[in-house]
Amino acid sequence: MRMEDATIAVIDEAATATPHTALGTAARGFCGRIGTIAVEADHNGVPALEIERRLLELGFVEGATVEVLHEGPLGRDPIAVRVNNTTIALRRREAMAILVI
Amino acid sequence: MTIATETRAWRYALVGTPNSGKTALFNALTGSRQKVANYPGVTVERKAGTFQTLSGHRIDLIDLPGTYSLRGRSPDEDVTRDAVLGRLAGETPPDLLLCVADATNLRVALRLVLELKRAGRPMLLILNMIDIARRRGVEIDLDKLSAELGIPVVTSTAVRRAGLDELLRRIDELATDGAGQVTASSWAPPSNADLRAAQREADRVIKSAVSEPARPDTLTGRVDAVLLHPVAGLVILLLVLFVMFQAVFAWARPVMDLITSGFDALGAATHSFLPEGLLQSFIQSGVISGVGSVIVFLPQIMIMFLFILLLEDVGYMSRAAFLMDRIMGGAGLHGRAFIPLLSSFACAIPGIMATRVIDNKRDRLTTILVAPLMTCSARIPVYTLLISAFIPDREIWGPIGLQGLVMFGLYAIGIASALAVSFVANHFFWRESATPPFMLELPDYKLPQLRSVAIALYTRVKAFLYRAGTTIFSMMVLIWFLASFPRPPLGATEPAIDYSLAAMIGRWIEPALAPIGFNWQISVALVPGMAAREVAVASLGTVYAIAGGDEAASQIGQKLAAEWSLATALALIAWYIFAPQCASTLAVIRRETGGWRWMFITFAYMLALAYIAAFITYRAAVALGWG
Repeated sequence: MRMEDATIAVIDEAATATPHTALGTAARGFCGRIGTIAVEADHNGVPALEIERRLLELGFVEGATVEVLHEGPLGRDPIAVRVNNTTIALRRREAMAILVI
Repeated sequence: MTIATETRAWRYALVGTPNSGKTALFNALTGSRQKVANYPGVTVERKAGTFQTLSGHRIDLIDLPGTYSLRGRSPDEDVTRDAVLGRLAGETPPDLLLCVADATNLRVALRLVLELKRAGRPMLLILNMIDIARRRGVEIDLDKLSAELGIPVVTSTAVRRAGLDELLRRIDELATDGAGQVTASSWAPPSNADLRAAQREADRVIKSAVSEPARPDTLTGRVDAVLLHPVAGLVILLLVLFVMFQAVFAWARPVMDLITSGFDALGAATHSFLPEGLLQSFIQSGVISGVGSVIVFLPQIMIMFLFILLLEDVGYMSRAAFLMDRIMGGAGLHGRAFIPLLSSFACAIPGIMATRVIDNKRDRLTTILVAPLMTCSARIPVYTLLISAFIPDREIWGPIGLQGLVMFGLYAIGIASALAVSFVANHFFWRESATPPFMLELPDYKLPQLRSVAIALYTRVKAFLYRAGTTIFSMMVLIWFLASFPRPPLGATEPAIDYSLAAMIGRWIEPALAPIGFNWQISVALVPGMAAREVAVASLGTVYAIAGGDEAASQIGQKLAAEWSLATALALIAWYIFAPQCASTLAVIRRETGGWRWMFITFAYMLALAYIAAFITYRAAVALGWG
């Protein structure tokens, strides 16, 4: 589990690291590590905290490695993201909250 | 094997994340000894079954809805939480929680285990699909994992029977020794900080007890490169759907015809066997055709569910949702609504039953609401009759004729109105409730487990026969009653239906239907036409006193062309695009939504749309001089 080794270090590093990319803007093939999960605003009436909770429940936590595997056929949305060993499909709108380094 | 009658059966509950193979395990353990019902008051399915341990101890097992957390964000997840915490009304708390985790994907599952532990119930962690994990080179130190988590851990392979031996042996030990002490629950809804901490703890446990190879499942990656390709993926999806649609629509047809003619023959035999009169009519038109109208849906429902279960089992269903999400999302529908809506072209009943693949309640209700608007096969006889009687058989451009164009237009209006209604429902009806974000796990592909699929299919079919069947049947008997009572007086000259309650209702509603150009004959025919849309053709024949037979349909057409104006015919076509003229569909909506409310809402909005559409059509046609 080499990925996990770096987890704690990455969280500390994430706080100081240089500009984060929002996963929602990433193209297919993008690889990175999650720096922060920060949901800016409510989405269609779902509170920001709830969106954050759902992302966390699916394994999007700080330090996890992510890779954009696929893009949807219309407007490249939604995206399929490999997060550690799981593949999750989500819309770019929600993926904007996942800041990657 | 002896049944240990001196001790009570143990109650175990299966919990786990979606895609953990929980249901396959449930099917493997209980086989066909399972029952599907609803939890009281909610539309959540309660799956329960029994099995025996090797020593003959009886275990009652319930399969709780899959969840990522005990937080409960949907009625399904509320059931899981309440069952785990022992708060579920009318249910004894489980003696042991069997927590199922996909051995190839432990991260999220172990976080759930850590949360479940706080509930204070005895637990056993089952590492499912261990064979696949081992093949991929995942090594799990079971003792270490068990020590870290503080609960017993066992491996299983639900696909093969031998894969369950270890699990059954362990369950036997626990059943004999007592599963463990229940401690006070310290569970509280986890905050975001708790979730982060729990995930970090789970990652730590995995690091200490599991060694995973760096390479992920390359097969799934390679398959997805094609199946999720923006162009190829859509083409393949359409192909899959075409085959499925074809199967439900065409392959089921011969069997359905066979069933129909079988019940017709049975009815005819009863007719000649029983003396003329009420009993004869009840048995033939009430009971036999009532039962027949339930059974006739079976081939479509079986084919439909076979496809859905296979696609779900292989892991393709969530891919289809991924591909369709944006396209369906424009109308406010979930990506998964695509398959139910498409199958509604054959018949809304399997379509509505297929909405079970949508786990969000709100998305599911929207889909159920609009599914009957898709042009189902029962509308075809009505459309065909009216189009051939009233629309001239004229070529418009090359091989494209006016009649075919009208038929195509009717399908297009059906689709457009379904999308429009769901759009309206989302923007006005559901305004207060939030749109849940689309987030879905795309599980690794695996071979379908035929045994599990077969058991699931059997359970579905049984549930349809029991639950929808009883409602459909009673509605059929009611419609028979309306069309048969009171009996015609002696020496009656008009067809018997003219003296019945159906005719009274028809004449009573006629003033309401007059503004849309319907005469009393149409009004009367619409009442038995509630049995199924195509029945209206036969009942029009009855009201116009045309004897049955092979030429009946063309005779009805000629008669209608002579009696009705074009405006009336067009208004009736417009009516049939929207009208809720199908008691079975309404019955299934009632069963699937667990109450009358949604059935009435569907009935009312479709009736309103039908009336408005027929009114506009009739008035416009009259204005154009077709009155």
